[in-house]
Amino acid sequence: MPMSDRITEKLSILADAAKYDVSCASSGSDRKNNNNGLGNASNGICHAYTEDGRCVSLLKILLTNHCIFDCAYCVSRKSNDIKRAAFTVQEVVDLTINFYRRNYIEGLFLSSGIFKNADYTMERLVSVAKKLRTEHKFNGYIHLKTIPGASDELVKEAGLWADRLSINVEMPTEKSLALLAPDKNRADMLKPMQFLKDAIIQNKEEKKLFASTPMFAPAGQSTQMVIGATPETDLEILWLANGFYKKFNMRRVYYSGYVPISNDNRLPAIGTPVPMIRENRLYQADWLMRFYGFKVQEIVNHENPLLDTDIDPKLSWALRNLQLFPVDINKAGYEVIVRIPGIGIQSAQKICAARKFRRLNSTHLQKLGIAYNRAKYFISSDTEFEKKDWHPNQIKSFILKEGNSKYEANFSPQLKLF
Amino acid sequence: MTVVVYDGSFEGLLTAVFEVYEYKLPQPFIAREAATTGSLFGETHTVITNAEKSNRVYQKLKAIISAKTIKQLYDTYLSEIKEIENVLLRFIQYALQSNFTIENDYTKADVLLIQQTSKKVNREKHRMKAFVRFQLTKDQLYYCIIQPDYNVLPLIGKHFKERYADQRWLLYDGLRKYGLYYNGETVEEVQMHFEADLNNEQNLATLHDEKEELYQQLWKQYFSSVNIQARKNMKLHIRQMPKRYWRYLVEKQ
Repeated sequence: MPMSDRITEKLSILADAAKYDVSCASSGSDRKNNNNGLGNASNGICHAYTEDGRCVSLLKILLTNHCIFDCAYCVSRKSNDIKRAAFTVQEVVDLTINFYRRNYIEGLFLSSGIFKNADYTMERLVSVAKKLRTEHKFNGYIHLKTIPGASDELVKEAGLWADRLSINVEMPTEKSLALLAPDKNRADMLKPMQFLKDAIIQNKEEKKLFASTPMFAPAGQSTQMVIGATPETDLEILWLANGFYKKFNMRRVYYSGYVPISNDNRLPAIGTPVPMIRENRLYQADWLMRFYGFKVQEIVNHENPLLDTDIDPKLSWALRNLQLFPVDINKAGYEVIVRIPGIGIQSAQKICAARKFRRLNSTHLQKLGIAYNRAKYFISSDTEFEKKDWHPNQIKSFILKEGNSKYEANFSPQLKLF
Repeated sequence: MTVVVYDGSFEGLLTAVFEVYEYKLPQPFIAREAATTGSLFGETHTVITNAEKSNRVYQKLKAIISAKTIKQLYDTYLSEIKEIENVLLRFIQYALQSNFTIENDYTKADVLLIQQTSKKVNREKHRMKAFVRFQLTKDQLYYCIIQPDYNVLPLIGKHFKERYADQRWLLYDGLRKYGLYYNGETVEEVQMHFEADLNNEQNLATLHDEKEELYQQLWKQYFSSVNIQARKNMKLHIRQMPKRYWRYLVEKQ
């Protein structure tokens, strides 16, 4: 086989095996191109979008899909009868540099199946990053997967070369992990998370004292859990995510709707739809926690352990708390306005800026670009309509009637022929 | 009405604003040279771009509005939307006659339009940072021909210079017929006449570095391998990569 065909085949196998890791961020780092080398990392750019609508920002590949573990949900599990391949360090370096120079990517996201043992695998990942940084003066974004069980020294070295490190928690509960990934245990995942958190804080302190302190994982750490493969509620998932944000200073928690890839009877059968609506609702809830000032217990709690699928979590919260509405948009604080369904962060900022000049009425609000047909039930205003005492279910049905959900097709029980 | 004709440059536009005040031009209507055919019912005032006058307007703006808003005025100018000059003029007039800062007065149509237009221009700028696909020639020049909706080349030069500091590159705006060329040290604006050659795929291919085709193939392979068929969502795909951009995208060929 000619060299170019072999590399094409490896790329197809090792990109295919890496695609279930949904992390795509290339932001949060501020690595500059100070050495007249190649690349920089800043705000993150999505260079392409696949036909499933997901962003392509990094060259996301496995170093190898050979794996000694047998995690039921993973396509690269030991017992799966698939083609195996492995890149050399130089091949990954060449692909990264040549894709980067053509402006295809923001950088590299390198993960791997576990071959031999954790340290042996981690060492190979680190050596790719080191080679890119030192031999090729590459300043683009590098995200390395941390292999659970790798030594602190290797994790530390990874942080010196990479912008972001991540350890996937894989399953929302230890019970599910034990059921589906008998070779893994949660302690092996939490330990390096704690180690990274401390190392990042320590690095920030040192940087305050000595400007010359080298960067250490400037884009922080993230994690991912598979959802829909096991019976956890959204309550369990979001409380765990909230813990990651609070306890480990995670930059991101990713929720990966399980794509059925196995006939294993511990898992949803092949052909079961990917839980895309639920995944979307979890991300919306995640955004509410990180950017809208919501506490996790306001979104999900023991009375409401599941997110609604037909409406978004902010609207669900508002309908459960109608006593807090209507809000006077000419007087209320920003943090109250940003909680109104139909008003996002930018609109809330605009409202707070614009009302200093004159009283805002419903015509103004519509021009400012808020989703007025949704917000109108929750704001006090100059028109008669909203003053009626609607019941939450009435408001919900009005709003549902107005817009076509982007997921409507998925709600339909009918089979689509075309 | 007075048609105030300027040369299309930002300096020229600021000079025009200055002269509207200097000559107390009645009912000014600013227009680009190319866009004007003369006014049937009014006077025409021709502006000669003047660095001193434009700088005085710029300094005045700096005194009364924030740097962020001045940048928004410039971005809005780059949109080249028909008659946008007059929105900018009215905004500046409003800012000058108010004794308070008006830049967030979003219920005023001109203020909101400038905020929204600058946002559109910045979205296009961001798309160009994302969707440029360089191709490598035999003499090691990375080039890409783009056709952005707005004139965003002036906004993206710095990004590409910082990022690709160690490679020569050329970004050419095929609609506006000019480009940016980075020679390894500085970025220069260039005009070229190579249309006939560059429109011909075969001519181009003979100019390419021997590895160029391989990396394009690998990128296409990667793009299709990372797609998850079970999650296919073409509507979302097209919303995020609108079809008019596909012409530069190797992976969509």
